[in-house]
Amino acid sequence: MTVLDAAAQSAPQEGAAPASTLAVDFDTAPDRYRHWRLQTEGEVATATLAVDEAGGLVPGYDLKMNSYDLGVDIELYDLVQRLRFEHPEIKAVVLTGGMDRMFCAGANIRMLAQSSHAWKVNFCKFTNETRNGIEDAAENSGQTWVAALNGTAAGGGYELALACDQIVLIDDGSSTVSLPEVSLLGVLPGTGGLTRVVDKRHVRKDRADLFATKAEGYRGSTSVEWGLVDATTPRASFDEEVGRRTAAAAAASTRPGDAQGITLTPLEREVTDDNLRYPYVTAAINRTARRVDITVQGPDDAPPQDAAAVTTLGVDYWPLAVTRALDDLVLRLRTNEPDLGTWVLRTEGDTEKVLAYDQQLHDLADDWLVNEIRHYYKRTLKRLDVTSRSIIALVEPGSCFAGLLLELALAADRQYMLEGVFEDVDPDATPAALVLTASNDGAFPMGNGISRLHSRFWGRDDLLHAAREVLGRPLDAAGAASTGLVTMTLDDIDYEDELRMALEERASLSPDALTGMEANHRFVGPETVETKIFGRLTAWQNWIFYRPNASGPEGALRRYGSGQRASFDATRV
Amino acid sequence: MTTTDDRTGAAPTPTGPLSRIDYSERIPNNVDLAGDRRLQRALEGWQPKFIDWWKTLGPALPTKDVYLRTAVAVGRDGWAHFEHVPMEEYRWGIFLAEQNPDRTVAFGKHLGQPAWQEVPGEHRADLMRLIVIQGDTEPASVEQQRVLGNTAPSIYDLRNLFQVNVEEGRHLWAMVYLLHAYFGREGREEAEQLLKRNSGDLDAPRILGAFNEETTDWLQFFMFTYFTDRDGKYQLGTLKESGFDPLARTCEFMLKEEAHHMFVGTTGVQRIVEQTAELMKSHDTEDVLPHGGIPLQIIQKYLNFQYSVSMDLFGSEQSTNAGNYFTSGLKGRWQEARRKDDHVLLDMERQMNTVIDGSIAEQTVPLLNALNLDLRDEYVADCANGVRRWNLALENAGLEQRLTLPHEGFHRKVGTFAGHHISPEGELLDAATWEQRAVEWLPSAEDREAVASLMVPEYEYGKFAGWIAPPQTGINDQPVEFDYVHLRDEALA
Repeated sequence: MTVLDAAAQSAPQEGAAPASTLAVDFDTAPDRYRHWRLQTEGEVATATLAVDEAGGLVPGYDLKMNSYDLGVDIELYDLVQRLRFEHPEIKAVVLTGGMDRMFCAGANIRMLAQSSHAWKVNFCKFTNETRNGIEDAAENSGQTWVAALNGTAAGGGYELALACDQIVLIDDGSSTVSLPEVSLLGVLPGTGGLTRVVDKRHVRKDRADLFATKAEGYRGSTSVEWGLVDATTPRASFDEEVGRRTAAAAAASTRPGDAQGITLTPLEREVTDDNLRYPYVTAAINRTARRVDITVQGPDDAPPQDAAAVTTLGVDYWPLAVTRALDDLVLRLRTNEPDLGTWVLRTEGDTEKVLAYDQQLHDLADDWLVNEIRHYYKRTLKRLDVTSRSIIALVEPGSCFAGLLLELALAADRQYMLEGVFEDVDPDATPAALVLTASNDGAFPMGNGISRLHSRFWGRDDLLHAAREVLGRPLDAAGAASTGLVTMTLDDIDYEDELRMALEERASLSPDALTGMEANHRFVGPETVETKIFGRLTAWQNWIFYRPNASGPEGALRRYGSGQRASFDATRV
Repeated sequence: MTTTDDRTGAAPTPTGPLSRIDYSERIPNNVDLAGDRRLQRALEGWQPKFIDWWKTLGPALPTKDVYLRTAVAVGRDGWAHFEHVPMEEYRWGIFLAEQNPDRTVAFGKHLGQPAWQEVPGEHRADLMRLIVIQGDTEPASVEQQRVLGNTAPSIYDLRNLFQVNVEEGRHLWAMVYLLHAYFGREGREEAEQLLKRNSGDLDAPRILGAFNEETTDWLQFFMFTYFTDRDGKYQLGTLKESGFDPLARTCEFMLKEEAHHMFVGTTGVQRIVEQTAELMKSHDTEDVLPHGGIPLQIIQKYLNFQYSVSMDLFGSEQSTNAGNYFTSGLKGRWQEARRKDDHVLLDMERQMNTVIDGSIAEQTVPLLNALNLDLRDEYVADCANGVRRWNLALENAGLEQRLTLPHEGFHRKVGTFAGHHISPEGELLDAATWEQRAVEWLPSAEDREAVASLMVPEYEYGKFAGWIAPPQTGINDQPVEFDYVHLRDEALA
C-alpha cells in the first residue's frame, strides 16, 4: 500500500483521530458503494475505482488522487465476494480507474499518519487478505482479474494491480507504475508489492531494487521489458488490448456460463455491548478477562438433496451461513475489539449432521457454488491463521468438531479436551469426540499451501500418516491425545481450574510477544507469497513503522509533505 | 463440612464415607477433604507413594511407637495432641490457619485488593515454583537425618528427632496439599517429583545445596535445626504474607510447628554447651574430648559451617526474582504488616556490604532488589539471640570463652561474597591464606571423627550421653525419664 497525497501539506500527528474507537461495519452492497462502480457485460465485469474524496471512513483526511482507506477496501472486498457468488457468469474482471491520468495513488498518507499503529497493522492485514482473494478468484474460480491501468499506479495502486493476473499500462508518455514508499516515505509497500514483483512477476532482483527506490517509477516500455506489467498500449488501442486479454481469459475459464448466482443478502446480526449473535455463530465478550467466547453451531437439519437445492438455499445453506458469520465476526473483532486478546472457540451440535454436510461439500465440489463456499471457508480459516489473537479451542461434550469444523480447532494455538463428561452438570452426557475427514487433509490449505493437519505434524510424517489412518473415526479424549490433535486432555475435576489459570496466564503475557510467537508457530514448512507477505513483509514493515527513521519527528513519514527532508539515523541495524 | 469448636478451632465434621477412605479420620484436616473429589483423587495417588518414601528414607531405627504430637485441628489446643503412635501410622494432616475473610494483599502492586482464594493465572508459574522449592526442603531434612536415631544421646532426644521428622513430613503434606488443590495436573506431577528427588542423590538431588549435605552427627543435627530450620522459619514467614491466601494460611500454621524445631535446636546446642562448660570447669581445660565432651572450638566450627551454608539459602543479596515476587504480591517481607513504609518500595534504597576493590565496603542499592538481604538481616538478628543464650551458659560457668556468629561473608558460595575468602572476623584473605587457615574455622575430617567417636546411643529412659546435659523439663509436662519411645527389639540388639 502507499501513500501519495500530492495535496498533503503536512502530515498530522499520529492518533489525531482515535480511529480505534470507531466501530467499523463491514456491511455494504453495490448500490451503496461510494468509491467503486461495478458493471457487468456478458462474461466480463468492470470494477472501476472512483474514490469519493470526501468519503473517508474517519474524519481528518481527503481521499485525493484515488487514494484509499479501509472504507474503500471494504467495498472492494464486498465487490470481489459478490462477483464470485452472485455472478457465476463473470469469467474475467477488468480493474480500472475512474480518474484521468491517475489509476490509484495507494493508501492515503494522511489517513496513515493519523492512525494508531494497531489500526495501520489491521488495515494492512485486511487489504492484503482482499488482494489474496483476488488471486484466489483467478486460481480457483476461473474468474481472472486484469488490471487496466489508465493512469499512474503508485504504491498501493500498483500493488492492487499486482494482485491481478495481468497488467496493462496505458502508454501516454507520463503514466507509470511505481513503488515510492522507500524513497518518499521511508517505509515499505505494505500489500505485497516487493514480494509479488520478484516472486510472482519474476522481475530480476537488481531491477526490482532500482524500481523500488525510484519514486516516479517506470513508464510503459521499461515496465514491459522488466516484467512489471504485461503490456503497454496507447489510449486508442487500450480498450482493445484489455478486451483481447479478458476475452482470452474468459475463454479459458471453467466457470459455468449458464448458472444462477445467489444473492448475498445482508447478514442477520444482533450486536450488543458484550454479544454478537448470528445464525449459527455467537460471541460473548468478557471484557474483564479480555476474552471472547465464540461458539459455532452445527446444522439443524440434514443437508439438502443436491446442488440445485444448495443454490435454492443460498445464504441459508449451513456451511455458507457459518462462513459468512465467522468472516464478519473475525473482521469486526479484529478491527473493533483490539483489547480482547484471547478467542475461545467452541462448537455445539450434532456431529453426524456436520459430517453429512462435510461429505456433501466433498461430493459436490465440482458444483460452482459449492466450490465457492469451500474456498470462502478456506479464506475465512486463513483469516484466523493471521489473526493476532491467542486462539484456544475447547472440546467439550455436545461439541461437533468434525471435518470442516475441526479445522477451527486445528487453527487454534491450543486445544483443550474434556476427558469424559462434566459429572456435576450432566453425568449422562456423551463424552466429546473429534472426527478427522478428508476436509482436514488438504481441502482447506493454509497460506503455506498445506493443510493444518500437515502443518501440525510438519516433519513428522509418521504422525501425519497415523492421523490419516483414523479419518472418519470418532476420537475420544484418549484417541485425540494419542493422535496428537489436542494439547491437553483433562477430566472434569481439573478442567475448569486448569482452563481458568491457562487463560489468565495467557492474558498476563505481553500481547506483542504473543502475536509474534503465535505467528511463528502457526506457519511451519513451505514459504509462499502469502506467508512472505504476512510474515516477512509484515514483520519488517511493523518494525520500520516504529523506527524513528519513519515515525520520529525527523522521520520520513512525518516529514512527508512538510517541505522538509527527512533526517536519518545512519546506523544500519 | 467444618465445625468450629472453642477449644480445638476449625476441624472437619465426621462424615460418612464419600470415598472408600475415611479421610477425616486418617488424614486430620480442615480443608473439607471428605467433600473434595479433586483432593481425594490426588491424595489417593500420592499417599501410598509418601508412605513408601517414609519407609525407605524416613527414620531407620526400628521403633514400636513414639510419643508424638499430632495436629488434629488448628485451634489453641488442637494442634498439640500427644499420644504414643507407631510412626508409619502417624496421621499427617492438612491444616490451614483460620481464614480471615477480609484479608487483603498487604504489599506490592496488588496492595489493598482482596487476597486471592484461587491461583491467579498470571502468577501460576511463580507461585508453583515457590511452593515446590519450599516443599523440596521438607522431606530433604528427614532424609538427611535418617540414621541419626542409631546414635541418639537419649530417648528424650530421640523422640524430639522423630517429632521433627514427622513434622517435616507434615510440612511436605502441606505443600503437596497446595499443589494438589490449586495447581491441577502440573501440581500433581510436581508433588510426585518431591518424592523422587532425594537428598544427596547424584542423579536427582534436592533443589537447594544445604539439603544435600550429610547430617553426620547430633551436634550437626542441633546446629541444623537451629540455623537451617530457622531459614525455613523465615522463608515461611515471607510466604505467610502471600497474597495467595491458602499459601499464607498454610504457612502460618506451619510456623507453629517450626517453632518446636527451633526449640530442639536452641536447647540442644545449649545443653551441649552447658555440658562442655561443666567439663571445662571441672577439668580446667579446653580439651574436653578425653573427658567425653565436645570441645568449644569444635562447636564453634560446626556453628560457623551451618550458619554460613544457611546464609546461602537466602539466595543472592540482590535478586530481581525476590523483587518480582514482592511486587507481584507472592512473597512479602518478614512481619510485613509491622513495617512502617508504603509496602510498595519502588523508590527506596538500603545499604549492603560487598567487596569493592579488594575491601569490604558499603554500597547503596534499591531496596526492592535487596529483599533477600532484608529477610536475612532479620534471620541474623534472631540467630544472635540464641548465641547470646548459649554464651550465658559459659558465663554462668565462670568461663571467659564465647561463641560468636561469623561475618556474613565467611564461607559463602552464594551472593556477593561468593568467590571471596573472608575470615569469621571479616578480613578479606587471599586464597593461600584461606587454605591455610580454613581448618581453624570449619570442621575438619578429624573434628567430625572426634565428635562421631562420642556418638554412642543411650536408650535407657532418663539417661543421657556424657556430651550433653539433660533438659530442664520433659515433653508435654511429662518427666524427663518418660518412656517417649518404645524401641523394637532389633534396635536394642
